[in-house]
Amino acid sequence: MSSTKYTEYDAYAAEEAAEGKVFDIGGQDWDQVVAGAEDLGDERLVVNMGPQHPSTHGVLRLILTLDGETVNECRVGIGYLHTGIEKNMEFRTWTQGTTFCTRMDYLAPIFNETAYCLSVEKLLGITDRIPERAEIIRVMMMELNRISSHLVAIATFGLEIGATTVMLNGFIEREYTLDLFEEITGLRMNMAYVRPGGVAQDLPSGATSKIRDYLDRMPKRIQALRKLNDENPVFKARTKDIAYLDLTGCMALGVTGPVLRATGLPWDLRKSQPYCGYETYDFEVATQDTNDVYGRYLVRMDEMEESLKIVEQCLDRLQTAKGPVMIEDKKIGWPAQLAIGADGMGNSPRHIAHIMGTSMEALIHHFKLVTEGFRVPAGQAYAPIESPRGELGAHVVSDGGTRPYRVHFREPSFVNLQAAPVMSEGGMIADVIAAVASIDPVMGGVDR
Amino acid sequence: MSSQHPEQQAEQGADKLPAHTEEERREQPVVRKGMFGARTTGDTSGYGGLVVRQSPKVSAARPYGGPGGAAEPGEFDAVADELERAYPDFGDAIDRVVVDRGELTFFVKREHLREVAKTMRDEPSLRFELCSGVSGVHYPQDEGAELHSVVHLLSITHNRRVRLEATCPDADPHMPSLVPVYPTSDWHERETYDFFGIVYDGHPALTRIEMPDDWVGHPQRKDYPLGGIPVEYRGAEIPPPDERRSYT
Repeated sequence: MSSTKYTEYDAYAAEEAAEGKVFDIGGQDWDQVVAGAEDLGDERLVVNMGPQHPSTHGVLRLILTLDGETVNECRVGIGYLHTGIEKNMEFRTWTQGTTFCTRMDYLAPIFNETAYCLSVEKLLGITDRIPERAEIIRVMMMELNRISSHLVAIATFGLEIGATTVMLNGFIEREYTLDLFEEITGLRMNMAYVRPGGVAQDLPSGATSKIRDYLDRMPKRIQALRKLNDENPVFKARTKDIAYLDLTGCMALGVTGPVLRATGLPWDLRKSQPYCGYETYDFEVATQDTNDVYGRYLVRMDEMEESLKIVEQCLDRLQTAKGPVMIEDKKIGWPAQLAIGADGMGNSPRHIAHIMGTSMEALIHHFKLVTEGFRVPAGQAYAPIESPRGELGAHVVSDGGTRPYRVHFREPSFVNLQAAPVMSEGGMIADVIAAVASIDPVMGGVDR
Repeated sequence: MSSQHPEQQAEQGADKLPAHTEEERREQPVVRKGMFGARTTGDTSGYGGLVVRQSPKVSAARPYGGPGGAAEPGEFDAVADELERAYPDFGDAIDRVVVDRGELTFFVKREHLREVAKTMRDEPSLRFELCSGVSGVHYPQDEGAELHSVVHLLSITHNRRVRLEATCPDADPHMPSLVPVYPTSDWHERETYDFFGIVYDGHPALTRIEMPDDWVGHPQRKDYPLGGIPVEYRGAEIPPPDERRSYT
């Protein structure tokens, strides 16, 4: 085996780092590579695709063993976006935890927060005492987030297989969804809006009419996306019968979400193990029976339409469901409501006047709850929800203190990504892109 | 005699929280003394003499009930009965059963873990066909069982969940791998190995997954050293989070 010479500064020049000839590709040197490979007379080629690759959906590294254009072996390398969120949460209060976990799967922040909060609430034993209005807002925000997440899934998918129009259309609509988030929470992403006990603040005035406008607009836009893709011969050629994974494969690999529902199994935690009052909403579980990329795309499109239906029902309920959006229990509920002041979002002036001007006890209470936080009885809980990518659950352990003892997230991106090799081995290298994109992994969630 | 307020007692009874006697609690090892992280005379809070003991390991009594409560026999009893019937070594394999907050946990001895999981998966009346993942927890004060490996199982057929928990000591951090039963636990076990150092025997390729391959140590362990932050002021350093004053 011949091997190229390395300088002593080459970090990857570890002894027997690779067998066979190693090509270091820096771009614009394909002629050399091709000429070099021809000399070997060997069709087998190991390619590192990513972590810095535009079509691997973030910092995902695929190690592909190719025979010509056929993928013989696909290995997945992750960890490039590991930020130690779970460890960090152990040194913050229970409420501060939402600020961390919202940053995991950055396309579905509301889901991260809700999964975490539902587990904390289960540990506290207050699941039944969450105000109705907070539950409705949670459901509405989750469904809006599901739409924005699926839009990115479809948009990036289009981009990765070379359809820029799909990307632009998807991202435009997502932008409108993020505008709603900004209106309601003050932030477009990483909102830390859902908190243990409820949500951070009530809907601002005017939010409802903006959501109504959105509901008027979206069905047409989804229809336009459908017109663009559903029967598009190029799109279908790239997606039909590609990256086949059937029910047995999904069960063995723990795959959930749209990939599972594209095998024909209507497993959706919103229906089968309802939380946040999902059992009272009228919606269908979208399924397809094609087991392929096209089916997963259709499931996502259907789910967006169903989500719009749920958001509409939420709006109707919000008209009658008035009241607090945070649990009435003063020992848990955040003491202050937020408001927009001259210098941006902050504690409402009324609350400040109360604690600074009239009540010493209220000040002490505010200080204790904000700095120390509340204690959660010792134990462990796991309360999964249906995120856009599948079952998202937080295994939360408490030792009775004011901070989580351990939080582990069962991230659907992490689990589903294990299916990438089984979907792409034996296929063409171009279909690897379609396979990974149809799983829709978000590396922030995979690596946490 | 219990020192609890009657109202609190009633509340605990209603919540079906495991009731510990005072003696039981006193026998437990001490997990924390004082408060606010102060270990010197600097603690003027009056909490300096506080002694917090580890909560005793309790097992739930029959009937286990179901997710809704334990008033009468429910689906948790059905799961336990079926497992007892299908797995003859039940008494030997299951250390204790905990029903808490509407969740059922079997504490499985590690040498039985794989067989129990296989029974859970294959037995038609149990049929936990989906493994929701493996999560590690490190309890340094839990002598002889410092490392816990927690597996969440889901039965789509019966629409149920159950949790299997197995422990191993720090001195011998070995655990049978569940990959032969649930292939999905491949990455989960790699992650738990990476973060806690639990070695899953029988795993096809137990390597680090999140941390770099040449990383030293297992970051999610409670004894993993945390770094402080040097600040540009007279050589001062912000202490690592676990050495700062805090409320726990």
